[in-house]
Amino acid sequence: MLKVHRDICGYCGCCVSVCPEGALELIDAYLSVEKNCTNCGVCAKVCPLGALEVVDEE
Amino acid sequence: MKSKYDMLVIGGGPAGALAGKTAAEKGLSALIVEKRPAIGAPVRCAEGIGKEALCEFIDPDPRWISAEMTGATIVAPDGFVMKLGSEMAGSKVGYVLDRKIFDRELVWKAAEAGCDVTVKSRAAAPILEDGAVKGAKIEHAGKTTDVRADVVIAADGVESKFSRWCGIDTTVPVREIMSSVQYVMTDIDIDEQSTVFYLGNEVAPEGYLWVFPKGKRSANVGIGISGKKSGEGHRAKDYLDRFVKKTFPEGKTIEYIPGGVSVCRPLANTAADGLLITGDAARVVDPLTGGGIYNAMYTGRLAAEVAAVCIGKGDVSRKALMMYDRSWRESKLGKSIERNYLIKEYVIKLPDTKLNEIIHSVSNINMKEFSTINLIKEIIRVNPKLVLELGVLAASLR
Repeated sequence: MLKVHRDICGYCGCCVSVCPEGALELIDAYLSVEKNCTNCGVCAKVCPLGALEVVDEE
Repeated sequence: MKSKYDMLVIGGGPAGALAGKTAAEKGLSALIVEKRPAIGAPVRCAEGIGKEALCEFIDPDPRWISAEMTGATIVAPDGFVMKLGSEMAGSKVGYVLDRKIFDRELVWKAAEAGCDVTVKSRAAAPILEDGAVKGAKIEHAGKTTDVRADVVIAADGVESKFSRWCGIDTTVPVREIMSSVQYVMTDIDIDEQSTVFYLGNEVAPEGYLWVFPKGKRSANVGIGISGKKSGEGHRAKDYLDRFVKKTFPEGKTIEYIPGGVSVCRPLANTAADGLLITGDAARVVDPLTGGGIYNAMYTGRLAAEVAAVCIGKGDVSRKALMMYDRSWRESKLGKSIERNYLIKEYVIKLPDTKLNEIIHSVSNINMKEFSTINLIKEIIRVNPKLVLELGVLAASLR
């Protein structure tokens, strides 16, 4: 699953623009992740701050 | 906020503000919906704009101009410096804005013209009927209201979702998102009248690092790197921190700004039934410079002009609204985006040795009209070999 490190996230929306599924949305200062996320990790790669991480399901 | 407008504008940045203002001036009822609690904040921008570009829309006002530029400096990968200025030495060529105040001014002008504005209000979904956009569901303070409109303008920025919900793919390719970070720094030694661009694969792979003066001993110090080159341990922030530690070790950071800038081609389609897409949401950022303020204002204004005509004729179908798409593509702006896209594709593939060679060929350029294209023309003039490498593209640059 995609983990948002909210202490690192600067809510800029860079990740939202590259998500091929449209699974991310920036709502003011909160990044939301929808169920259609496929854990592809594209967002985690482009994040300028390193706030996103694909982690194993707990 | 009413439940029906002629035009509904999603987003209160420069594109949305110009759309709202133009609509109101054309006698349309219009509403600007901004999801953030404040217009203009947080800033997601290096804030640079050319003098002519700005003056096409608004007279410069010291209230929202942080600094006036008389030139630009390009630093090659090996440290060699190229100075760009005006033929009229010392004359203004551009500005670094204070977007927090600038954006407010633009929205204020829209409001003054008669446009409604609502903040901390989010377009949560489009209202779609038979495939046509008829408005949006607006969330504000825990309540959702249907706001209907003849035409909706998507001006919702790089993180745009609205047009995607209407069935238009807005995904930016990974290699064409500039993963960016900027610090507003104070107490640093800078040339207060010149923007500085640092190039090179060590400094900013497939992008550049900038120092844009914001006034006395203060500047926007930022970087954009290709999303393709970004990853754990080598993100935009890592590159910027390294530069700042070396160049401005005593500087203080008073603002921390991450961001994403698209440098892809514009959306293949910026009109649909009842919908027009503008600014960063339409991916009309200049792919070479990453500049988007002018392009946003231009497309925002044009979208409202076309919408006003179509609403007047009672036809807001995609076919009628396509006038907008055709107009901006055929404009000077549209042509410059396409040309700069091709130049960008060439430049990002250059190894540092080649970049050094090109920058070494000219140490000083004083241009009659200060612009990216005139810089490129001059570089080609003194490097005739480039004509062969650029092929068809070079012909359009003569």
